[in-house]
Amino acid sequence: MQTIFALATARGKSGVAVIRISGPDAHEVAGRLAGDLPGPGRFALRKLRDAGGALLDEALVLRFDAPHSFTGENTFELQIHGSLAAIRVVEAALAATGLARMAEPGEFTRRALMNGNLDLAQVEGLSDLIAAETEAQLRQAQGLFTGKMREFADMCRADLVRAAALIEATIDFADEEVPVDVSPEVGMLIGRVLVSIDQQLNGFSGAARLRHGFEVAIIGEPNVGKSTLLNRIAGREIAITSDIAGTTRDVLEVRVDLNGLPVTFLDTAGLRDSDDAVEKIGIARARDRALAADLRVVLLDGLQPDHGFDPGVPIDLRYKTKADLTGDGVSGLTGQGVDQVLADVSAALADRVTDLPVASHERHRQALVAARACLSEAKATFEDGATGAEIIALHLRDGARALDSLIGRMDVEAILGEIFAQFCIGK
Amino acid sequence: MFHVKHPEFDVIVIGGGHAGAEAAHAAARAGARTALVTMRAETIGVMSCNPAIGGLGKGHLVREIDAMGGIMGLAADRSGIQFRLLNRRKGPAVQGPRTQSDRSLYKAAIQDLLAEQPNLQIIEGEVADLIVDQGRAAGVRLADDVDLCARAVVLTTGTFLRGVIHIGDQKFEGGRMGDQPSNRLAQRLHDMALPLGRLKTGTPPRLRSSSIAWHQLELQPGDDDPVLFSFLSNGPVVRQISCGITHTNEKTHDIITANLARSAMYGGHIEGVGPRYCPSIEDKVVRFADKTSHQIFLEPEGLDSDVVYPNGISTSLPQDVQDAYVHSIIGLENAEILQPGYAIEYDFIDPQRLTASLELPDLPGLFLAGQINGTTGYEEAAAQGLMAGLNAARQVAGHDPVILGRSDAYIGVLVDDLVTRGVTEPYRMFTSRAEYRLTLRADNADQRLTPLADRLGLIDPARADLFSAKRDALEQGRALLTQAQFTPKQVATLGIAINQDGQRRTGMEILAFPDVGAQDLVGLIPGLAEIAPHIRTQLEIEALYKTYVDRQQKDADALRRDEDLMIPDTLAYHEIGGLSNELRGKLARIRPRTLGQAGRIDGMTPAALALILTRIRHDERLRA
Repeated sequence: MQTIFALATARGKSGVAVIRISGPDAHEVAGRLAGDLPGPGRFALRKLRDAGGALLDEALVLRFDAPHSFTGENTFELQIHGSLAAIRVVEAALAATGLARMAEPGEFTRRALMNGNLDLAQVEGLSDLIAAETEAQLRQAQGLFTGKMREFADMCRADLVRAAALIEATIDFADEEVPVDVSPEVGMLIGRVLVSIDQQLNGFSGAARLRHGFEVAIIGEPNVGKSTLLNRIAGREIAITSDIAGTTRDVLEVRVDLNGLPVTFLDTAGLRDSDDAVEKIGIARARDRALAADLRVVLLDGLQPDHGFDPGVPIDLRYKTKADLTGDGVSGLTGQGVDQVLADVSAALADRVTDLPVASHERHRQALVAARACLSEAKATFEDGATGAEIIALHLRDGARALDSLIGRMDVEAILGEIFAQFCIGK
Repeated sequence: MFHVKHPEFDVIVIGGGHAGAEAAHAAARAGARTALVTMRAETIGVMSCNPAIGGLGKGHLVREIDAMGGIMGLAADRSGIQFRLLNRRKGPAVQGPRTQSDRSLYKAAIQDLLAEQPNLQIIEGEVADLIVDQGRAAGVRLADDVDLCARAVVLTTGTFLRGVIHIGDQKFEGGRMGDQPSNRLAQRLHDMALPLGRLKTGTPPRLRSSSIAWHQLELQPGDDDPVLFSFLSNGPVVRQISCGITHTNEKTHDIITANLARSAMYGGHIEGVGPRYCPSIEDKVVRFADKTSHQIFLEPEGLDSDVVYPNGISTSLPQDVQDAYVHSIIGLENAEILQPGYAIEYDFIDPQRLTASLELPDLPGLFLAGQINGTTGYEEAAAQGLMAGLNAARQVAGHDPVILGRSDAYIGVLVDDLVTRGVTEPYRMFTSRAEYRLTLRADNADQRLTPLADRLGLIDPARADLFSAKRDALEQGRALLTQAQFTPKQVATLGIAINQDGQRRTGMEILAFPDVGAQDLVGLIPGLAEIAPHIRTQLEIEALYKTYVDRQQKDADALRRDEDLMIPDTLAYHEIGGLSNELRGKLARIRPRTLGQAGRIDGMTPAALALILTRIRHDERLRA
């Protein structure tokens, strides 16, 4: 295993830049630059020098010995000045030792995974954590990173091991003193896992949306003030506004942090019957995006109320515009009522992110869906009573295998271990 | 340096236990000039533990050994005194044939079968050492300094490595009770610095049958329609008997608890790991303290024998305590102990060291089989003996080894588990170890393995003819069941409950319905009436599992693809970046033969497998 190093902070001018070194030769590499090293878990201020003795920078040197480091390997952190030049010369000196190479993207995390310091779900959580833009995303990522998926998985795994052990005990130890009818407990265990899986799946779309961000489509007839509202929300001119109907042709997006939720507002073409080929495409696109959005805000012209506009998509929130002229409703121009719109949108979306499950990646969903199919089949087989234990065992095994990527391998040793712990086998 | 003359044998098998007997027979069948060397020819085929063959997973192994032309099934059938098909009320895939055997008849059958086998010579003598020539196992040196030269050696010496017998705080060196420990050979193996582990196993006291109050006991008879092991057998040949059942009670448990400190196990005299599925009575009383009674099967050791094997009370307590607790049991109040129970501790060689052909790479030409590899049970030993003997013979003849896959046979599961996962307790087969349990059935062992055995020249013409007749009959039945489709209306005329969904179904599909047998379909498929009952049963089983087996086939195919991907023996694991040190160590030690095998190493991850695959491809490109 080669020793690797990389700049852990963003490249650019900053107060401090952190360069990490990890691998079997980390001590040697750090020592060549810093000389005398601090003890494990300690730090020290050192002058970094190249092989010729020239001063590179002054650094705070932090030492983490295996396995008590992020990667699980011997690791050093060099906190140097955040100067492009200092970073460059220190990197060059590290490479010049011939004992370490520049890390590939994600390599530190991959090593943490390989060494068992993180599981796959934690790696996903870490990547979400780094990408998090809003507070709700941060909380979600932290859940995954701190091992919430492992907790869920451990719970399912314990139930499935137990269920499989009961079934296998009746098969492999028929001659022994094991319970003959294990059906009530097995049924309960499989049912419990199915409920947990369903909870994850039912909340999955909300969790996935929180990761990627919600979409709120602003729709309405031409010239009701959709683009003006979007610009007000964005706080700058994003959409061209004019009093010419049909100004907005394509879908425009503004991403904002709404009370911790990542929300993208979509400004769409005004919906009307049009003969203009380009505008028709824009209108079709507006309907499609509105349908796919998490929330649809319909704007109605405050000057022409109640003329029976039907946007052709479901409506979640509706407002009258042009309050600057009518005194009532919302005005993107003056800002009147916009806070109310944002508060309503925020409240509607907040409902969807309470009690979110930890499953938030497509990989999680696929594993859960596959497992649910197998376990449902196990349960059905079980309840029909006519089919044998060996078939139920097969479905259970398939179900556990589908969850493999989430819960880790559940092999026969785990099942046998449970059997021998529970029953006095051996006549 | 030995002077090596032209080898008089191709394969020498050391040991005449279940592994040795099967190994010698298989090597001889494979065409090798074979010698079986044992201290006493009279003990070949002896059952040193309980007098039974088969069971769940184990019965499957015996069927497979038989399908490959082996002898264990035949010997069990000739000596069987109580045949029972376990799990008779469960699905056919998890039914396992089992029999009580008459100890002396079993031994005699094995000795007869070996004597009848051409190419095979039995040599009595104590093996003192291996002959090593140019780094290869080249024969054995006997204690009287006679050298027997060979081109491959199969070692099946059971528990002889540092074997110690414990009865309470007394201990003796030795393999089985009454056997001599063999030591120069052991020394040589120790000198090879092989990774060793220590295991223990126990036996119960043997009781005098005539001192048991049988009339007070519940009796368990054999099956009314006995199911035998060998595909060549038709029915039991000797008288059938019943076993007795009794139970321990609170008094028994009190005696054991009061004397725990005097047990070799609990007194701290034993370091080896015992099997969890075969605990001593001390273990049962301690670990399952809330149970006030444990079942005991009283198994007669033979038709004319006065010895009874009380299955369920193995022990390492001192003799006086054994007396006391045995006498506390109903029916055994006056039972006479003929031989006290004892525990035996022994070293085994970590089977992860072996190749999948059971050869020890540290000394090419030396194959290991049986308890020395960390297994327990006659059947597990015999299955390894079969493969080791066969592969030794093939190596001598310059052929590639035969390696059965996990989707081919329980034997494949056994060998793969041993060489890939190693053992932490005496390894025993269970059906739950087989991923492809629905396919690897006792009833179809011949269809899975006999064609292979035929190609390898392992079976005689009589078996080949019997098999091809059965195969033809099955083909004919399958054709009848698949060539026509029937409407639900037609099916309903037979009195079978069916959804009137308009779906046309083949006979095979209708046969998969619960409670529908081939007999029920004769009205629609008259040809079925001509099919023999045992063939019909087999077709019913196939129909029952067909949908599941078809689904599993995809997995099996994926497995086979991974198994086809050979990992070069030279692969430098230490150069693969991104592998954890732990995995790298395991890979270097086990040296998996295929990507599939690598995937089964404990702790292996898909990511690590991808790295290995990438490395293989990388090396291939470099060589190209």
